[in-house]
Amino acid sequence: MTLDTITRLPLRAHLAFGTVLLFVAAGVLGPLLAPFDPTRTSPQDRLSPPGSTLSDGTTAWLGTDQVGQDLLAEVLAGMRTSLTVAVVTVLIGGGVGLLLGLLAGYFGGWSDGIISRVGDIQLAFPSLLLAILLAGVLGPSMVNVIIALAVTRWVIFARVVRGSALAVRDREFVHSARVMGASPARIMLYYILPSCLPPLLVAATVQVGLTMVAEASLSFLGLGVPTTQASWGSTIAQGRDYLASAWWIAAVPGLALALVVVAIGILGDLLRDASDPMTELS
Amino acid sequence: MTFFIGRRLAQALLQIWGAITIVFVALRVLPGDPAELILGSQATPDQLTELRAQLGLDDPLLVQYVRHLGDVVRLDFGESWRQGMAALDATLVRLGPTLSLAVWAMVFTVVLGFLSGTYAARHANSPIDHLISVTSLVGQALPPFWIGIMLSLIFARGLQILPSTADGTMASLLLPAFTLALPFVGWLGRLVRTGILEEMNQDYVRTAQAKGLSRRVVFYVHVLRNTLVPVVTMLGLLMGNFIANGVIVEVVFAWPGIGTLLVDSISFRDYAVVEAVLTVVTICYIILNLLVDLLYGYLDPRIQLENA
Repeated sequence: MTLDTITRLPLRAHLAFGTVLLFVAAGVLGPLLAPFDPTRTSPQDRLSPPGSTLSDGTTAWLGTDQVGQDLLAEVLAGMRTSLTVAVVTVLIGGGVGLLLGLLAGYFGGWSDGIISRVGDIQLAFPSLLLAILLAGVLGPSMVNVIIALAVTRWVIFARVVRGSALAVRDREFVHSARVMGASPARIMLYYILPSCLPPLLVAATVQVGLTMVAEASLSFLGLGVPTTQASWGSTIAQGRDYLASAWWIAAVPGLALALVVVAIGILGDLLRDASDPMTELS
Repeated sequence: MTFFIGRRLAQALLQIWGAITIVFVALRVLPGDPAELILGSQATPDQLTELRAQLGLDDPLLVQYVRHLGDVVRLDFGESWRQGMAALDATLVRLGPTLSLAVWAMVFTVVLGFLSGTYAARHANSPIDHLISVTSLVGQALPPFWIGIMLSLIFARGLQILPSTADGTMASLLLPAFTLALPFVGWLGRLVRTGILEEMNQDYVRTAQAKGLSRRVVFYVHVLRNTLVPVVTMLGLLMGNFIANGVIVEVVFAWPGIGTLLVDSISFRDYAVVEAVLTVVTICYIILNLLVDLLYGYLDPRIQLENA
């Protein structure tokens, strides 16, 4: 991609990319800038509005929560949780989905029958309820949240990959490879996989955003990460009890989540347009 | 048609069996001892052994599974230890509020979605069209539970014109129903807009205009009616979504439906109720999807040929 094509991208592309980059940087570097300690309390600073000066002389730009924690530090730590859960979930779910989708799409027959049928059965189960059930039974921990969410996501990736694999498996270059004696594993890796990657990347981008919302939803219900770890969902849940006196506790983490999810959604749309040459014609 | 219906029915039964199995695996096979969860950490080993035997937890998993399937077929999910009544009854009591919330969310979605979609299509590429599409994008991305809290912050705390929790009045329905509907208003609006714009390019539209019908008549009598077919069938899918996704909105507004019941029952390890709620909701969801497919096959016979 040349500088010219980058500058010709629409404004929303720059805004979305900038927002995502800012949030990723905040998630990675956040604890260095504003360390979050869930056990620390500071009763005289509790429920201070955004921009107020705290008892230790620092400024709480986003206000403080019900135990006097700096909300900025809490939101940054929550970003880290949200990002970790979303990325690891999509990597696991995407990896499993990629493997099963390739097998189903390339071999067809009974392997496709089993994989697709299991996927259909799982999709008939509302995914939010499945995540609530698994996270609730496994108990609150980050690993369990990732397991619960990855289980609900693999089907989506498997379907995307299966579709692309089906579309190319009868193309001439695949037949040629087979005639040349390439093993099924080699054909899948070198001939089928490359055409599955662009749609998989689009799906993964969209799913990172949706997984962030799902993680926040689980934590909001008290079924997500344990209370010793910051999560936007649990901060919003706590803020709900202080709406009358401190609206910012619930508003700020949700606003952060909304911003990053909308930005990721826009990136997903752009990737879809970029990976599909037909959209340029219309 | 009979073949299509039969095939689809068999698929729905398979999905229901799958859903029951998923719940069984999650609750009985995954680590965690229900007896210990029910009695708490104070329980003596004797009490635990007794309860395990009583619940049939000592039997091999396969035996438990077959017995469980039998129980579900007879609609027997066991007793709710927390509420002291049959788990299914505890669930059905809460189904009413969930359904009324879902119905009102549907009303909001249909009215707002159709209005915005039709307006956007009639004024395609105008500033208002762009505004509607941006709003729908944002509305679909925002986390519903946060929207709910912000709406109650504005309308219940700030303006004080609507109650923030369920109090049995119609007014208390407005905020949760709107929260539940919001992501789908934009979705339906986009669907209606694309549908109308596609129909406008059809030959029959040109014919209707050529024979001298006014734009208004062509639009409202011909185009809109043809757009309805795919859109109306999609609404069945929405109903299932409203019942399933209502869980989190119900918790936000303390709505006395099956969503709050599910979350409470999971927290209190009242697994009989968890099973009953999940089975009832999933069966509703699967049956609604089945009805949508059948309706669609009936309205558009080409679908059956594709699936046959």
